[in-house]
Amino acid sequence: MTGGVLGNVLIAVSLTLVLVGAAAVVFTRIPSRQAVVLSCYGVLLSIMFVVLQAPDVALSQIAIGTAVVPLIVVLSIRKIDIIRREREKAAGGEEQP
Amino acid sequence: MRRSARLGVLGAGLAVFAAMMALAFAGLPGFGGSTHPYRDAAVAATYGHNTANAVSSINFDQRGFDTFGEETILFCAVVGVAALLRPVRGERRREVKDSGRVLESTSLLVYVLFPLTIVLAANVVAHGAVTPGGGFQGGVVLSTGIHLLYVGGRFSLLHRLRPLDWFHQGEALGVVLFGALGIAGAAFGSALFANVVPQGQLADFVSAGTVPLFNIAVGMTVCSSVVILLSSFLDQTLAIRADQGGRTGPGPEEGAAT
Repeated sequence: MTGGVLGNVLIAVSLTLVLVGAAAVVFTRIPSRQAVVLSCYGVLLSIMFVVLQAPDVALSQIAIGTAVVPLIVVLSIRKIDIIRREREKAAGGEEQP
Repeated sequence: MRRSARLGVLGAGLAVFAAMMALAFAGLPGFGGSTHPYRDAAVAATYGHNTANAVSSINFDQRGFDTFGEETILFCAVVGVAALLRPVRGERRREVKDSGRVLESTSLLVYVLFPLTIVLAANVVAHGAVTPGGGFQGGVVLSTGIHLLYVGGRFSLLHRLRPLDWFHQGEALGVVLFGALGIAGAAFGSALFANVVPQGQLADFVSAGTVPLFNIAVGMTVCSSVVILLSSFLDQTLAIRADQGGRTGPGPEEGAAT
């Protein structure tokens, strides 16, 4: 796929998509939303790897970058929310009695 | 050091860095060019050992010791995460009930994709020496496939079908197997991680000597590592809570709610 006009166009398009996706990840301010955008960015990145003839890298990118890392981020955000709520509850319980 | 002096040092450093990078980039071969000295050497060595997948050959045959280092890094990182995320004093583990509603379409998709993903992962590991993929790729696909059960909304099912003890042992066993294969290379062959098993016919299912064995060892470690990693995070989020009257962190709020 590296030879020919079509190959070059494919590489240019996938690189542009990766660039746009990376910018979208950086400029998403809310962490939970950012995890989802990061997941979509992972798909774009794996498309680029396929275009650049690295299907094995694309496979690990899909599994790690699109599934595992966003899941870890989402779970961490949820845990932080839970800790915050428990703190508030503890602070509220102090004032009431 | 004063602010202007610090900025001066930073500027000098950045200037030297930029100059070196410019020099390095000027010397790079063009994108997608046709001269690849390393490719020529590596592909020749790959065919010399009857391995169809050049990437696997480079990873496990030509530079097995580096890959052993990478695998150990992964192992240590996951051990560190598991140690950090374990329940500590002032935290307790609670029973997790399956709550919330899962869309039927999601459930159906999970039922269809779960067996497919497991088979795909086994295929990727088993054919690691022949087709693109290998132990690492198969391992991560297998572990994400197992966690589809959680996406299907059933933490209890994931909990039951994922005996964590097995994965704890599997992770260590994979590293030990990898090291043992490397030492076998030194014992029966010329050097550490030498390819000592008969290599068979190029592109056969059983070919490439030690490469499929390394793939299995890495697959075990990687799959177990990711499962343990995600189980630590899932436990923290779903099962581990601060003790009633306990504290979530060091500080004066201790005993506030008692």
